[in-house]
Amino acid sequence: MAFLDRTARTFLLAELASGMARTLRYFFKRKVTINYPYEKGPISPRFKGEHALRRYPNGEERCIACKLCEAVCPAQAITIEAEPRDDGSRRTTRYDIDMTKCIYCGLCEEACPVDAIVEGPNFEFATETREELMYNKDKLLANGDRWEPELARRLELDAPYR
Amino acid sequence: MVKVTVDGIVVDVPPGSNVLQACEAAGKEVPRFCYHERLSVAGNCRMCLVEIEKAPPKPFASCAYPVNEGMVVHTDTPMVKAGRAGVMEFLLINHPLDCPICDQGGECDLQDQAVGYGRDSSRYTEAKRAVKDKDLGPLVKTVMTRCIQCTRCIRFSAEIAGTPELGATARGETMEVGTYVEMALTSELSGNLIDICPVGALTSKPYAFVARSWELKKTDSIDVLDAVGTNIRIDARGPEVLRVLPRLNEDVNEEWLADKGRFAIDGLKRRRLDSVWVKRDGKLQKAAWTDAFAAIDARLKGVAGERIGAIAGDLADAESMLALKELMVSLGSANIDCRVDGAAIDSTRRDFYTFNTSIAGIEEADAILIVGSNPRREAPLVNARILKRRRASRLPIAVIASPADLTYATDNLGDSPDVLASLIDGSHPFAATLKAASKPMIIVGQGALRRADGAAVLAACWQIAAAVGALSDAWHGFNMLHTAAARVGALDLGFVPGNGAKDVAAMMGGGVAAQWLLGADSLDTARTGADTFVIYQGHHGDAGAARADVILPGAAYTEKDGTYVNTEGRVQRGQLAIYPPGEAREDWKILRAFSGYTGKPLPYDTIEALRARLEVVNPVFARLDILPRFGCTDTSGPSAMGGIVGNGKFVDAVPNYYQTDPISRASPTMAACTATYVAPLQAAAE
Repeated sequence: MAFLDRTARTFLLAELASGMARTLRYFFKRKVTINYPYEKGPISPRFKGEHALRRYPNGEERCIACKLCEAVCPAQAITIEAEPRDDGSRRTTRYDIDMTKCIYCGLCEEACPVDAIVEGPNFEFATETREELMYNKDKLLANGDRWEPELARRLELDAPYR
Repeated sequence: MVKVTVDGIVVDVPPGSNVLQACEAAGKEVPRFCYHERLSVAGNCRMCLVEIEKAPPKPFASCAYPVNEGMVVHTDTPMVKAGRAGVMEFLLINHPLDCPICDQGGECDLQDQAVGYGRDSSRYTEAKRAVKDKDLGPLVKTVMTRCIQCTRCIRFSAEIAGTPELGATARGETMEVGTYVEMALTSELSGNLIDICPVGALTSKPYAFVARSWELKKTDSIDVLDAVGTNIRIDARGPEVLRVLPRLNEDVNEEWLADKGRFAIDGLKRRRLDSVWVKRDGKLQKAAWTDAFAAIDARLKGVAGERIGAIAGDLADAESMLALKELMVSLGSANIDCRVDGAAIDSTRRDFYTFNTSIAGIEEADAILIVGSNPRREAPLVNARILKRRRASRLPIAVIASPADLTYATDNLGDSPDVLASLIDGSHPFAATLKAASKPMIIVGQGALRRADGAAVLAACWQIAAAVGALSDAWHGFNMLHTAAARVGALDLGFVPGNGAKDVAAMMGGGVAAQWLLGADSLDTARTGADTFVIYQGHHGDAGAARADVILPGAAYTEKDGTYVNTEGRVQRGQLAIYPPGEAREDWKILRAFSGYTGKPLPYDTIEALRARLEVVNPVFARLDILPRFGCTDTSGPSAMGGIVGNGKFVDAVPNYYQTDPISRASPTMAACTATYVAPLQAAAE
């Protein structure tokens, strides 16, 4: 009997029909995939993406070359050199992050006393060459300028928990 | 001894100690800002509070409270903890929280003690005071808002440096430390203010914002910019020496370091010789090591041994000088000399050319005669010891040299050696003073020896020492103060002309056909013979390299393991902190490589083998860091070499403290110091 039943289902394409029925059901369901890169999924305010160096609203760079991020970095990806600027203030002459070494732990951001180095929401910074991932100060400041509205918003959202 | 109980631990301390010292003896840490072992007690920071039993029930400032027999001290009661937390809170009221931009960050007493003894958060919401920064010259940077008024700097400049230029104005919250009238600090020890400041109020100007203490590699070494042999720690990051700090050595430098040794290090990055140069067609051109060796070998071939000479400069290490000496022996030459400045030093006996009393021994002396020397400029730390001795009790100090402010009161007996004869025969009043003293000291400087009658002056000084009883079994009061770190080491290994061989003066003006200069830069190269083939081996493009036909790039003192003998005759070793730049190599290796090229290799391939050879040449090199003090068993003096004492004035051996050698001449910081301190004096003199 079981033999007949199985043979009948095979010849009547029952599995196919039930499979197609399921496909049809999903066809009318809400989609979970997104049309990346034209659409993007939501990310947390604490998402640790590409680094950026921020500025104050008046355009002055925030980083004061205290080197705490360099000291705390577990991957030793950050290299800083500093000297007095012409006006006597403490500034970096070099601020490099080796993005290939970085493990995106966010400790630099936590160590920063002036919220200068932050990890922003950007995760799309793949490059064609390895060299392009050696970020220097100009690149990091440019990142900061580009992402500032979002960076400020994220810090504000996260502030109650810090 | 006084018996004191600290937290249940019974300790014996000398009478007159304070409670803080008793706590230290018991191994209990007591926080402090104003107290410093080598300074007078101020007792104004109030951080060192302790509780004492059977005394009024209040916390006591332990640094300012003397111990009594049977005293019972507690350092960890609730009252003490609350007291310290309160003091810390008050100190932080006006201290800016700018640790991230402060150079002291990471090595700050206030930072550390705030973590250890302070509250975890601030209750202070009112305005903080701000203080205008002072300009203390090119070495010390001030951020006076950070000052916690401990007055260590004021006490240091008055008591150790002997230049009471700093002081406090106003009081309470408005108290400010400054120089009253804005001026640059004139002390040669001003860099120590940076170390002694417990906060970031006084920091190093050249080192400002350069590095953090935790990123530096620390290497123990010896300072070579004067002949004191200061124990230093070289802090380097990557290929750069970023700063130099003193190490504790009670017998030599205590915990101080003179400014040249501390700040001249930026000269190590400038004007460096980092490749091999050979003169071709009258022009120096870059070459390979083998080309240079071939050029030297070709030029030296066929030249008789007595036509070749070698001169060792002021910064050379003992290892390379020994290698050079033995290279000269293999070339058949005895024309070697280390007395670049032409000082008439008798090297036949060691006590003729060392500081026999020892630097620590100055504290036992009870009369001092300084001949032809300005110790303040030639050896600031020796001068600081003399000042320390002078502050302990008044003692007669006389100087025969051009008048100068040595930071303590001196009798000036004139500036020419005329007076020496009357000191020998006892007719001069100061001879009686020296004679009456039980431990008199005679300090002979290089200014007394760099003259035609130098040998006679040296012999006369020894005769004074013998005549006044400074030479006995128990006390050796004859001292030579050197200015070159290499000098005593060179004399110890016999880097002086052999019998009938040529000295520096004879090697100049065409006296030899070829000269090998091992970092010898204070020569008058204009007098070098026109046809003399000059091989310069050294680390800076200075006078020697400018005249050279072949330049072999060597290593500076931070870039090699080297043995140095200080003016006392103390053998000390420095270690390699960074590698020499470019093609440059350690000096003894260059000499060894050249000897191999000529087919007569020197018999050592490692620095250990070379050091073993050093010990064979002179057993003193085996006695590392230790300096046994000998009395004088043989009072026969150095030879005057037939000369008689003239009457020419003594000339300062070090006219400009800040620029004495290739490293300090290449240093922008030392140039700034020269412009600030020396140029106005020279302009005034003209």
